[in-house]
Order: sequence, then C-alpha cells, then structure tokens
Amino acid sequence: MPESLVPACVQLEAAFRDAWASPDFHQRLDALLRDYAGRPTPVTECGRLSAELGVRVLLKREDLTHTGSHKINNVLGQGLLTVAMGKGRVIAETGAGQHGVATATAAALFGLECTVYMGQVDIERQALNVFRMRLLGAEVVAVKSGSRTLKDAINEALRDWVATVETTHYCIGSVMGPHPYPWMVREFQRVVGDEARAQCRSLLDGADPDYVVACVGGGSNAAGTFAGFVDTSARLVGVEAAGGAAIGRGVPGVVHGSKSYLLQDEYGQVSEAHSISAGLDYPGVGPEHSYLAATGRARYVAADDGEVLSALQLLARFEGIVPALEPAHALAWVMRAARTGELPAGSTVLVTMSGRGDKDAEQVMGILER
Amino acid sequence: MTELEKALRAARDKGRKLLVPYVTGGLGPHWIEALMAMAAAGADAVEIGIPFSDPVMDGPTIQEASARALEIGATPPEILTALERSAVGVPLVAMTYYNIVFRGGHRRFAHSLAAAGVGGAIIPDVPLEELDDWAPAAAAAGVATVLLAAPVTPDDRLAELCRRTEGFIYGVNVMGVTGARPSVAGSSAMLAKRLKAVTDKPVLMGFGVSTPEQAVELSTEADGVIVASALMRILLDGGSPEQVGDVVGAMRTALDRG
Repeated sequence: MPESLVPACVQLEAAFRDAWASPDFHQRLDALLRDYAGRPTPVTECGRLSAELGVRVLLKREDLTHTGSHKINNVLGQGLLTVAMGKGRVIAETGAGQHGVATATAAALFGLECTVYMGQVDIERQALNVFRMRLLGAEVVAVKSGSRTLKDAINEALRDWVATVETTHYCIGSVMGPHPYPWMVREFQRVVGDEARAQCRSLLDGADPDYVVACVGGGSNAAGTFAGFVDTSARLVGVEAAGGAAIGRGVPGVVHGSKSYLLQDEYGQVSEAHSISAGLDYPGVGPEHSYLAATGRARYVAADDGEVLSALQLLARFEGIVPALEPAHALAWVMRAARTGELPAGSTVLVTMSGRGDKDAEQVMGILER
Repeated sequence: MTELEKALRAARDKGRKLLVPYVTGGLGPHWIEALMAMAAAGADAVEIGIPFSDPVMDGPTIQEASARALEIGATPPEILTALERSAVGVPLVAMTYYNIVFRGGHRRFAHSLAAAGVGGAIIPDVPLEELDDWAPAAAAAGVATVLLAAPVTPDDRLAELCRRTEGFIYGVNVMGVTGARPSVAGSSAMLAKRLKAVTDKPVLMGFGVSTPEQAVELSTEADGVIVASALMRILLDGGSPEQVGDVVGAMRTALDRG
C-alpha cells in the first residue's frame, strides 16, 4: 500500500475496531440487515435437485436479499463506518456490478456521494447493473486500462482514493486489499455463515452439513460462509472460475495491498483472468483463502464456463431458482462431484447462493440462444 | 551511507539543486539514449522505471509508458542488462512495484540491481511496516531503499520514514498519482518544510513536476525535484531522446539560475 493511503487504513482499522466492539453499532447494523436488507435469508432444501444428484443440497439464499446478492451485508456495515468517520463520499470497484449496485444503494440510503469504477468489458456484459447504479445516483466510471475488468477497476479506485482519501472512503467489496479490509469484510459477511450454521442445525437435527461450498473470486461470500463453519467438522470447498483460479494455478504474489495466491508471469506481471462470470474474473484471491488452502482447512477447486451454464440451467429447471453466474460455479462443482462420487451419495451439501441471476439473464441468453 | 546518498549529498552541499529525471525501462528502442541524454543534460541521478502491469500510484502517462514497454516485451532482466552495458556516469535509482521484487526474490532482485549499477530502489507500494524483507536484502547488495512521504503522513511517521530512508527521501507533492499538473500544489512546500525540519538527508520532491518554473518553485524548500511524466509524454508522442535531453537541460539551467 502506498504511504499516501496508510493513514486512511489506520483510521479505518480504528473505526472498525471501535464499531465492532460497540453494542450500539451492532444494534444499528442488525436493524438495517433485518429491516432493509431482508435478513435472515432462508436456507432452502432442494428436493428435486437432491433426488437428481443423489446428495442432499441446501441453498443459503443470499439471492433473496435486497439488491440480490450478499454484497449488501458488507456495504451496510461500511456505510455506517463511513458516516462514523465523517466522510461524505464512497468509491467502489465492481466486476459483475453486484457490489457496485450494493454500494450505490448504501450511498443513497446514507446520503453519500458515490463513484463506482467498472471495467469497460464488464460494463458491456452487465449493462443492467450499470443502469441500476446510475438510477441510484452513483457515477459509474468506465475503466479502459489493462484487461478492462475487475483488477483494473480496483487500480483505478485506488488512484481515486490516493487523491481523495481525506474525504472519501473506499468501500472494497471483497476480502482483499490492505488490512483491515480482508478481516473487516469477512466480519461483515460472517452473518451468512452464522445464520446458515444455526439454520442447518435446525434442519439437520443438530448436525452440520458434510460439505459447505461457495464460489470464490476475491472470496467474500465464501469467507462469510466459511466463518460460520470453520470450527465445525464440515468440509469447506471454495470454487474458483477455471480461467481465474488464483489458488488453483497461481503462485504467491502481492497486489492491491495483500499477499496471496496470484495469477502472474515469471517476472511478477499480473495475468488477466478469463471467465464467463465478471464477478470471478480476478487474478487474485483474498489472503484468508490462501491461508485456508495452505493449511488444508478448505479445499479449492475450479469450474469451467460450460459446466457453469449447465448448472445454472439445472437449478432453474429443477428448483425454479435462476442463480447468478458466480454461485453457479459452486453448484457446477457439486454437480460434477456428485456424479464422480467425490461427494459420497447421501452427503449433505450447503451451497451459498450468493446472488440471483437477473443481472446475467441477457448475457446468458446471448450464449444459449446463439 | 550508501553511494547514492554520498553522491547526492556531495552535489547538494556544493549549493546545487538536484534534478532527477525518470525514464521507463524498455520503452521503445531509444530509452537508453534518452537516459544518456538526461545524464548529459545535467541530471544528478536518473530514475529507471521497471514497468509493472498494475501501477496504482501512476497516472495516465506512466501507465501508458509501462503498458507500452510491457507490450513490446520489456522484462526486468532485459532492462537491467541494458543498463549494465551502458556507462551512464550518474547514479541510477530503480522504481518498480513490490510484486516484481517479491517474484524476483528479495536478495536476487537486489543483487541484480547492484550488478546493473543501480544504487537505489523506490518501491512505492511498500509501506514502513513491510520493509523488513526488502530493506536488509537491498542493504546487503549496497542498494539504497528510498522511501516516500506524503502530505498526509503524520509527524511521527514522517520522522521514522526519514530515519529509515536511504539515498534521499522522496516527498510526494500532492495527494494523487503521478502526472503533469498545471500548477504546484500548496501541500508541496509544506511537506518539503516538514521533511527538511527532521532530516539532513537529501529531500527530493516528485509528482506533477513538468516545467522549469515548477522545478524551481518546488526546490525552493527542498533539495531538488524528480521529473517523470512530462518527459515520458515526449517519448510517447514520438519525440526523440534529444528532445527529452533539451527539456532536462532547460530545467537544469533554470535550477542553476535559481
């Protein structure tokens, strides 16, 4: 992290520590999560899909939150912090647009100015979310440098932040970036895992699921989900996009303020990720995932674009739920692993349905009806 | 004391304002010629950018220069080899981002800089708290670890940065990224004063220095300036190494006139 941003990170860490230890902050955040975001989200038992796959599939339904993805959990927390720090503007990066929409939503709710950086490639494939952000009063800036996707949107947001840090909070959307972000964002997302754990125990007569599966780009929904299960015997599985598998194919690197697995060349130049899913089109991954992978507590696998499209259609037809392309990666692995027997027949599998598929409908239509 | 610091102190102590131009390594076939032209035009040291794919502290010009160098295949070893073969005659300071250093290996990278005659390194995304891998490796190779201070850096931190920096302290003129700006920010003189108050090491100001007038204004409080984007703009727009040398020469003349 550049020296110019160190004071802001120090200030943010102090603000978060204070807030996280304050019953008043938790009360306000919990009220927003309940009354504004629509929490708790249910865990849905997938009867027909389970019969088809031979494993018992439960979905944690973050797709049912306000704005349609788990991203709302984090932005409400960071929105409250922004106000507490006396800053009047937020900036954010976005890939699929879900975090951008969530940030724009929180900015409207808290009366903050908002600028969202989005790669030109993503703007083209997520036009609906771009419109939603503008409708919510945010300025959306097209990033035309580098690969013109999420990584470059983060670069541009950091460049904005260096110039505006005294009045602007950078609302990072995933468990990445410099300290305290990976920790703070995980804490704001752990509501997903904490709720799911209690809900699973109620559904499973006090037991935990055998497997807990979530998609991983930067890894915020997986981090939040895993936080609820890391001290249980559930096996944790993170599913990366085959074209952006930082843990699967990367080596350690340092970019955007954290050390983690990173897709890069032999000289340390960061590679471009390639995925059907804009939200997973990122060459890095949150450092805690690298840690969980290195210690073996979680396993990281990959799903390719083709199996992701199949999974999306399967869930739509068997359960009446159209997932976003990101969580369709988690489902795709479950489908494959159930078929190959890697998931033993009869296992119970919790999958975090991190977002709904509306934003991807146009893109998927373009592919399926081509 | 590092060789870089000795050279810069010696020049400063003669009453000279320091001028450190920058060139992106591997930017086209003429970057070494541009470097030589800078040295010949009166540079006290030259900063060599080792391009990185994600230069978050850089504005549009250095981003473009880095991207173009990488597109035509620039790599750290090739850039350093080219430097090794050139007798530039002034101290060289590398500027790159931490992942290039980390991937290369701290010790190996430091030694490759030293072997190429590079006496210092600026790694703007390594904060004070993360120096412990790089700084000792650099010191072992005789490479100065040059630290940056920003207008928002608090006093205690500023003092610590000045204590740990080697060669010189790099004062960042503005809150923002690199790139030419129409006028000098008020934050610059204030930071230069604060730096001079706590250190005897050379204080060089950079970011947004594009004209001889700005160079003079910025070095009133400080010991000198670093000039980057304005020079790379010339090369990116098809200008010659001689044109780059002329601009550096004009800055030299203005600084010497005071």
